[in-house]
Amino acid sequence: MTALLEVKNLSRSFGGLVAVKDVNFTLEAGRITALIGPNGAGKTTCFNLVAGSLSPTSGQVFFEGRQINNTSPEIVCRMGIARTFQIVRPMRDMSVLENAMVGAFSWTKSVKEAKSKAYESLERVGLAGKANARTDQLTLPDRKMLETAKALSTRPKLLLLDEVMAGLRPTEAAGVVRVLQTLAEGGLTILLVEHVMRIVMEVASNVVVLHHGAKIAEGNPAAVVADPKVLDSYLGAGFHA
Amino acid sequence: MKRWLAGAMVFVVLTLVGSFADPYLISLMTIVLLFTFLGQSWNLMLGIGGQLSIGHALFVGLGAYSVGVLYVKYGISPWIGLFLGMIIAGSVGAALAWLSFRFEVRGIYFALLTIAAAEFARIMFSGWEFVGAMQGLFFPAPTGEIEFLMLRGGARFYYFVALALAALGIAGTELISRSYLGYVWRAMRDDEPAARALGVRTFRHKILVISVSAAAAAAGGGVLGLVQGSIFPDSIMGMGLSVDVLIGPVVGGLGTTFGPLIGSLTAIPLNHLMSAIGDSLRIPGLNNITYGIVLILVVWFLPVGIWPAIVRLGEAIQAPSKVWLPHLRKAEE
Ligand SMILES: Nc1ncnc2c1ncn2[C@@H]1O[C@H](COP(=O)(O)OP(=O)(O)OP(=O)(O)O)[C@@H](O)[C@H]1O
Ligand SMILES: [Mg+2]
Repeated sequence: MTALLEVKNLSRSFGGLVAVKDVNFTLEAGRITALIGPNGAGKTTCFNLVAGSLSPTSGQVFFEGRQINNTSPEIVCRMGIARTFQIVRPMRDMSVLENAMVGAFSWTKSVKEAKSKAYESLERVGLAGKANARTDQLTLPDRKMLETAKALSTRPKLLLLDEVMAGLRPTEAAGVVRVLQTLAEGGLTILLVEHVMRIVMEVASNVVVLHHGAKIAEGNPAAVVADPKVLDSYLGAGFHA
Repeated sequence: MKRWLAGAMVFVVLTLVGSFADPYLISLMTIVLLFTFLGQSWNLMLGIGGQLSIGHALFVGLGAYSVGVLYVKYGISPWIGLFLGMIIAGSVGAALAWLSFRFEVRGIYFALLTIAAAEFARIMFSGWEFVGAMQGLFFPAPTGEIEFLMLRGGARFYYFVALALAALGIAGTELISRSYLGYVWRAMRDDEPAARALGVRTFRHKILVISVSAAAAAAGGGVLGLVQGSIFPDSIMGMGLSVDVLIGPVVGGLGTTFGPLIGSLTAIPLNHLMSAIGDSLRIPGLNNITYGIVLILVVWFLPVGIWPAIVRLGEAIQAPSKVWLPHLRKAEE
């Protein structure tokens, strides 16, 4: 049991609002963890703190034993953490393939190598057939998959996925779940934010629940959904799993 | 491959122009080609790197003065002046970028900083006796003899120097844009935070693209000084020149390889024509007014520039069903 990522007493506030409050969790290598919680719980903020897009108000993040909070996002990426954005951010004037190539340039300068890695990433998420399309010709679910492909091209050890399956039909989501499982079997560690409980139950071996920025529960999916605190937080937010 | 072929054909035509055209056309086309190259340097920085400069005259001027001071004062070959100018301008550009981005001055504020720097340099050079201050620097009149090692010769010689420079600029932009730098720079241009999340070290890449652009602008400036035969701070480092540099790519097509050539080929002769008409009709400033109107029309009706519009038209003729798929870079290939 080696912890790939360790988050210690992590907090972040925006003015008076505490978006992440004293959160602790660890991610074990090769496993899929889900980060769940109602809207505004602080999930995306957590991602930003781990990925270096935001620095914490207090607390630390350790990756492979090294402290990485206050490291810039490009260096965090080069260390092996790739993330997707909940609000997709395709490079608009570049094709789907070119978008997927960018991440590869974090480890190679060869355009040829980047291209073949990009095809491989697109292949994994089922976008290879649209490699030459423009990004604005993609549907929103496809754009989310492009985000995933872009991140995969960086050859990450840890992948942070922020609601990449939103808007997918159940059969499509099942396909993505299989992809994630294959990736995890290949040694990739995944932390994913996901609202659909059925997917969380199926894919995650560990679940971390946030509510108003604080961790209110953690454990295997079955235990977590049975936890009254978790039910309360969701029902209180008008959410039905 | 089609693009290289098209480029080669344009090059052949321009070579013929240089061999047979009359002196007026030669001198006009020399300026067009020089501004193609200068526009290309500016285009690399904004169109590919996403960094706006409205003070490119700073780098042009540094190049011109490096050549001018070394040659006029010490008789040192302009080749060395060009080299030195590129190093100076590249370093100044890098320093400016470093300072600016280090303190989170970016986007339009960085652009304002480039004007401020250019104006500062212009005023400094205007009062600096060593570089001729307001009286400027004058190159000795050309003997008409071609001295390649001293980069000296007549109008036709400089036409071919300008042509070589423009061709180098176009080929260089094309090569950079196909290398990993092109991908990384375009990613940074489209979305800097997203590029950083994919491991692009945007801080150093912004400095690099600005430095390369500045060095190229200095090379163009060095030749421009030689062609004009004199260097004055107000013209070579003035705001007017900064604007002249960016008109080619803006009119021709931002971020495209051939845009600056097409744009300069359109805008500069038009400017000359209108200034001639204005002179004969005694309407001073007619050229500036027309220039303004044409710029507005192009930006209004062809916001991406003339060149992409031509490419699209060509595609429409070849494959009518594909017109709705006009992707800028894909279309160019
Ligand atoms: N940059 C910011 N500035 C100010 N407030 C912010 C910022 N980012 C997030 N917040 C606030 O922090 C809280 C947590 O937001 P966050 O985006 O992390 O939630 P989330 O769990 O990802 O929600 P969702 O499920 O809707 O994506 C929210 O109240 C949000 O408004
Ligand atoms: Mg979120």
